[in-house]
Amino acid sequence: MRLATEAFVTNAERALQDATLQQALTRLVNNFVPRRLEAMAALGNAEELRTRAREIKAEAIAHLDVYLEQFAARLQQLGGQVHWADDAAEARQIIASLAAQYGVKRVVKGKSMATEEIDLNAFLEQQGYEVLETDLGEYIIQLAGETPSHIIAPAIHKTRQQIAALFHDKLGVPYTEHIPEMTQIARRTLRQHFLQADMGITGVNFAIAETGSIVLVTNEGNGRLSSTLPRLHVAVMGMEKIIPRLADLPVMLKVLTNSATGQKISSYVTLITGPRRATDLDGPEALHVVILDNGRTRLLHEETREALYCLRCGACLNVCPIYQNVGGHAYGWVYPGPIGAVLTPMLVGLDRAAHLPRASTLCGACREACPVKIDLPRLLLHLRHDLVQTRRVSPVERLLFALWAWLMQHPTLYGWALRAAAWLQTPFARQGWLRRLPPPFAGWTQFRDFRAVATRPFRQRWQETLRHEGASGGETRHG
Amino acid sequence: MVSQSVPQRPWRVALFATCLVDAFCPEVGEATVRLLRRLGLQVDFPQAQTCCGQPAFNAGFRHQARAVARRNLEILAGYDYVVVPSGSCTAMLRCFTPELFADTPALAAQAQALAARTYELSEFLVRVVGVERIEATFAGKVAYHASCHLLRELGVKEEPRRLLAQVQGLELVPMELAEQCCGFGGTFAVKYPTLSDAMLRKKLAALQRAGADTLVSCDSGCLLHLAGRLHRQGEGIRVLHLAQVLQPTTEGP
Repeated sequence: MRLATEAFVTNAERALQDATLQQALTRLVNNFVPRRLEAMAALGNAEELRTRAREIKAEAIAHLDVYLEQFAARLQQLGGQVHWADDAAEARQIIASLAAQYGVKRVVKGKSMATEEIDLNAFLEQQGYEVLETDLGEYIIQLAGETPSHIIAPAIHKTRQQIAALFHDKLGVPYTEHIPEMTQIARRTLRQHFLQADMGITGVNFAIAETGSIVLVTNEGNGRLSSTLPRLHVAVMGMEKIIPRLADLPVMLKVLTNSATGQKISSYVTLITGPRRATDLDGPEALHVVILDNGRTRLLHEETREALYCLRCGACLNVCPIYQNVGGHAYGWVYPGPIGAVLTPMLVGLDRAAHLPRASTLCGACREACPVKIDLPRLLLHLRHDLVQTRRVSPVERLLFALWAWLMQHPTLYGWALRAAAWLQTPFARQGWLRRLPPPFAGWTQFRDFRAVATRPFRQRWQETLRHEGASGGETRHG
Repeated sequence: MVSQSVPQRPWRVALFATCLVDAFCPEVGEATVRLLRRLGLQVDFPQAQTCCGQPAFNAGFRHQARAVARRNLEILAGYDYVVVPSGSCTAMLRCFTPELFADTPALAAQAQALAARTYELSEFLVRVVGVERIEATFAGKVAYHASCHLLRELGVKEEPRRLLAQVQGLELVPMELAEQCCGFGGTFAVKYPTLSDAMLRKKLAALQRAGADTLVSCDSGCLLHLAGRLHRQGEGIRVLHLAQVLQPTTEGP
């Protein structure tokens, strides 16, 4: 996926002007946010489950090496193969080699953010394979030549009318906006491909170390078709997808589906424990799991580790006031929203994505929604500190904060500075308000007036009157 | 939640006024002092105070934040409580200052001691003082904006509403998106004005729908942001800090 993180501000401003996108985002918020809240409330013990889910992920990530090795060993005993990919290029190469080795022509794909991350489709297509996305949302954006704008609802930015026109243009079907008809059109097309494909590529929602199983959570059943019909199944997982035990799965599933779509459980939960066995009636002949690092080990540092607890449920996107206003494409890479603002700089480099951790008010709505309580505001603060430490902030900002810190350590001078500011602003202030501020503060007055500095700041009022007033009225409060 | 080691003399309370109140809304500081005194508390304003250090901390300038925050460890020591008319600055003193000094045990201990004695105003009134009846009148339909740090860093949700409910003549009207960020975010509002304004407009649209004539919050940052847009639009909606509404009588703007 092309990296457009540097253009965040331009992308965001364009998104704010895009009326269709704004409608789509309003629908998303009005739909997903209350559904999650109701579902979590109905659980009765959501807090307990979130705490438990966090503990499970914390344990898994703290002993990531052990659990990954255990998973790999179990899967190999079951007849599966494990491949370790350090980066996107290696992962792509592994998958292309497998395709060649098994004489593959046609590929069907279940929805997978990891394969978006490694830009797999374009690569396989270049190598001459036919690659088809089978999740409805992914199928739509593949037809449109776009990228996902949401982790679990990839085509959320498109309206029904846009999709109807797309189907009409690309599939040559009569134009219809009737949703059941539209899904039937997609289903008929996709079924053909499922039956003809020789390779199914899916993501992984959880990988269970104890049993060597991989778990797929879907609502359309396309994950199950992609992983059972073709003779070769390749699953691509970020290395953080591991959980220690099968017994951990119910907790993880509950927090995932309730947070993602407000469902008690998704329509399909598929546990795959090895390839087809001699007595099995169906299933792929071969199962290969590609375990992807691609920068994740850099997050293992104590201060950023919890970003690896992420289940990719999308709840933090839905509640984020930034995402709600600009949508996913503005973030410029695979992972949008608060978790994207943390993961993207960590995975692609701070240099390329310096805006993302800054473009947040640190309001904390994301942390409140996160099924594993990732402290996203603190992770953003950590990245901002990194930006300063590595001198990736403007010299002007650096100078201003140096001056500010100096002034704040000298209260007498600070008091004088307040008076000086109050005096200097007099020609410009109108009834206590300023209509324009000079750069670098001009951004404020682009849309808002700025309150003029008080002619008698609080410290002066205290000194002159308040401190002499003393306690008046009311009884004296003793402990 | 009254502290176990309650002193047998009038509580000595330090007001940490915050730099925004000091410079831009001194009337909020005055209202806070008078309110605390009416409750029989001994209030002091340690004059060496300036800022909690949050602007630098949030921008990633931890070294500068530490230099400013460190002064507060001494300036605010020796009081029974430190009361702050801001959720955000309370969060800085209570949650982030101890983090800043985590690697220096002596300072970390001081920071934790300060954190334990520091309260946001509404939280202090309800949880510590146990205020159940406030003699205040206010004529108006009030919408309450829950500021982010107050709500989600400090977990103070009902306290301001409980206090507002005690004000005679005040009608508290529900507002959609009451707990959604107004888009202030400190320097965010200056660095990303378009985004900030998009959030602000949603908030103000909700305020209009609520039919309130007054917006009340516990954070001057949000209030300056919201008031700045209302002033630009020429709207007559009053924007007040909680402390101002809890006065015996509140004057109009």
